[in-house]
Amino acid sequence: MPTVVIPSLLRKFTEGLERVEVPGRSIREVVRNLGDRFPGIDQQLLEDGDIRPSIAVSIDGEIATGGVLDAVGESSEVHFIPALGGGSV
Amino acid sequence: MAASTTTGNFKVIGTRPIRHDGVDKVTGRAKYGADYAFPGMLHGKVLRSPHAHANIKSINIDKALKLPGVKAIVTAKDLPQAENKLEQAGEMTINPMYLSMNILAHDKVLYDGHAIAAVAATSPHIAEEALRLIEVDYEVLPPVMTVDAAMKKDAGILLKDLRNKEEGDNQTNVAQHYQFKRGDVEAGFKSADYVIEREFDTAMVHQGYIEPHNAVGIYNSDGHATIYCSTQGAFDVRSLTAQVLRMPVGSLKVVPAEIGGGFGGKTTIYLEPLSILLSKKTGAPVKLIMSRSEVLRASGPTSGSKIKVKIGATRDGKMVAAEIWMAYEAGAFPGSPVGAGAMCIIAPYTIENFQIDAYDVVVNRPKTAAYRAPGATNAAFASETVIDELAEKCGIDPLDFRLQNGVKEGSAQVVGPPFKRIGFIQTLEGIKHSPHYKSKLTGKFRGRGVASGFWFNAGMQSSATVNIHADGTASVVTGSPDIGGSRASMAMITAEVLGLPVTDVRPITADTDSIGHTDVTGGSRVTFATGMAVYEAAKDAERQLIERAAKFWEKKPDEVEFKDGKFHAKGNGVPPMSIKQLAPRLGRTGGPITGRASVNARGVGPGFATTLVDVEVDPDTGKVQLLRCTIAQDAGKAIHPSYVEGQMQGGTAQGLGWALNEEYFYDAKGNLRNSGFLDYRMPTCLDLPMIETVVVEEANPGHPLGVRGVGEVSIVPPPAAVANAIYRAVGVRMTETPMSPPKLLKAMLKHRASTQHSAAAD
Repeated sequence: MPTVVIPSLLRKFTEGLERVEVPGRSIREVVRNLGDRFPGIDQQLLEDGDIRPSIAVSIDGEIATGGVLDAVGESSEVHFIPALGGGSV
Repeated sequence: MAASTTTGNFKVIGTRPIRHDGVDKVTGRAKYGADYAFPGMLHGKVLRSPHAHANIKSINIDKALKLPGVKAIVTAKDLPQAENKLEQAGEMTINPMYLSMNILAHDKVLYDGHAIAAVAATSPHIAEEALRLIEVDYEVLPPVMTVDAAMKKDAGILLKDLRNKEEGDNQTNVAQHYQFKRGDVEAGFKSADYVIEREFDTAMVHQGYIEPHNAVGIYNSDGHATIYCSTQGAFDVRSLTAQVLRMPVGSLKVVPAEIGGGFGGKTTIYLEPLSILLSKKTGAPVKLIMSRSEVLRASGPTSGSKIKVKIGATRDGKMVAAEIWMAYEAGAFPGSPVGAGAMCIIAPYTIENFQIDAYDVVVNRPKTAAYRAPGATNAAFASETVIDELAEKCGIDPLDFRLQNGVKEGSAQVVGPPFKRIGFIQTLEGIKHSPHYKSKLTGKFRGRGVASGFWFNAGMQSSATVNIHADGTASVVTGSPDIGGSRASMAMITAEVLGLPVTDVRPITADTDSIGHTDVTGGSRVTFATGMAVYEAAKDAERQLIERAAKFWEKKPDEVEFKDGKFHAKGNGVPPMSIKQLAPRLGRTGGPITGRASVNARGVGPGFATTLVDVEVDPDTGKVQLLRCTIAQDAGKAIHPSYVEGQMQGGTAQGLGWALNEEYFYDAKGNLRNSGFLDYRMPTCLDLPMIETVVVEEANPGHPLGVRGVGEVSIVPPPAAVANAIYRAVGVRMTETPMSPPKLLKAMLKHRASTQHSAAAD
């Protein structure tokens, strides 16, 4: 089952848990299942059905590019991290 | 000097050909934004606020409109209502409402130089005169200039819509809080033998590109418009302008001119929507060019910051805990690079226990824009001087201390995921083995300092086409404006794949209608991501050429091999055929060949750099003379080593300027007092030694040629390296930038007084 590493400011939704195992074969399924288990956290990650522009997704150490469409492996590690760059305009 | 793990028997890659755009540049034929002129073109000028913070009670343009030669004036009333939401735009995120408010102030001016109105007239002089006739009634408010002032409970509020999402939903100047946490910080500090805690201030600085912002807008009566401008990202200009003006993206064409420097500052828009609005009102092309003063007052500098760093280490030199607080000036609207700074500040090191809290704070200064490794230089100035102090406490050489704690493949990043193949340790070793490090530095008031830095580098979207011409030469077309020699690199990659001399490949930067979407030239991404698209496009062309050779020889494609620039038919005595021999036969074998590729690049390889610097301090004035400087940086694979070295030297030069001289100097009213290059003191060639380079080539496994981005990380270590060198020269630990003569002298006098006091007490 994929492991999701919860960003520190969102751990209030997971009772302080830093790492949780969540089923899913795509980021969409993982986030949906994460939200089912920890209500409200999915809304922090999603906007208009996709990953928020301010958030980047790392799957197995690599920044993914497909938003909720990216595939997740059975033993994948998923991180939600701030989208890097020069800030906002 | 280079150390390489990159494999590959390259013929073109790794050589140093003359850049393809060189002749145009040195003969003055290269066309920059200000060079564009069209029949009937009008000239625009922008009225800017003389106040740092004020409500706009009214704007009267009647007198200005009556001035002969004035054709149109636009104010915020001419801008459509933009959405208050965050969207992705290349390397940046964008809030269209704030972007619109920065283009033209809506009901409030938020910094000295904030645009209020734009005039189009038959000459620049008439437009300028018209600005003086525009009457603006202000209600002046106290300016909020620093993060300290902006974060106070009773601070004046800049933006009425900005709310504290973490507590109380009150109005606030704190736009965002980021936090990164791992392990048990308290227990980590308990296990430390030495703990160093320091507070740092860094000044707001500008990218300092020589060419000012410019734009020519042409609005057609069919609703389509074209913008000619100096930009790092034509597609970003198109998308941002479309958002601000609420135009369909497809109705805008952006033609990127040659660019006279950007360094991140030309990844957003200022004049572009104004040129279109004025052109729409007048029916004529409208050209606007910023003055130097406007560039400094109103186009994005990078954040000043306050950073508190506490790091603990055991006696044997292992860093065990870090607690970091950082607040960055965003300027008038949210969006400083503090999140990136937080992710970079201890990125080169393995520290098991840490907490980093980072705050994005709005202040009455121009909205910040990206600047070369945004946020990382401020951060490294703080962490790398504390690390230097810790090394000293532990009695360990600062390079060895970094080697002992440095990240390697598999080490966890601050944000959690493990690093893949990286070359940080190799940059430290590169410095250790350099002639500079092995040399002795002698003399009074002289010191040597070292510091390291990290930058993520970016991937994102790029497109490329490779066209095979009838004479067997090729052109390679991309959408990446060339700000650092990337055209040569794109031609070299194409030449390498197709076995052509690099002079037979012509690199072209296309407009937004002529190439597939390509994200900004930023994030050190062009040679990596656009290079990946070019490599794939050239391979696509190669595949098609093999098919054509096979067709000509009446064979199957798998019976033809392409090797050393020639096609070889397997199994018979047919002599090999070159591309030049095949190219004239393309028509008969199926028509022209265009290789194509578009990528949303994954496999980004992060960048690390280490800088060594020798300084001499004048004990009477506090002036720092740079004696020698060497940088080691991991390039993955240096496609064109001269341009890699150029990026390393350029970033280092900017970092040294940031360290020693550059700062935005505001008076008590919030007016910028050094908005010109005479007073905004950037280093010149007279201030800098030759910057020596060590190119490390630790191949990036995520790229077909091993490439990492090289454009940014070189700016990160210099301020900390200079501070550490100053300490060894005069015994003073500097905690603010710039370390200019007045500031250093003050610190030295304080240090001398405390030393004398201690001696007297003894």
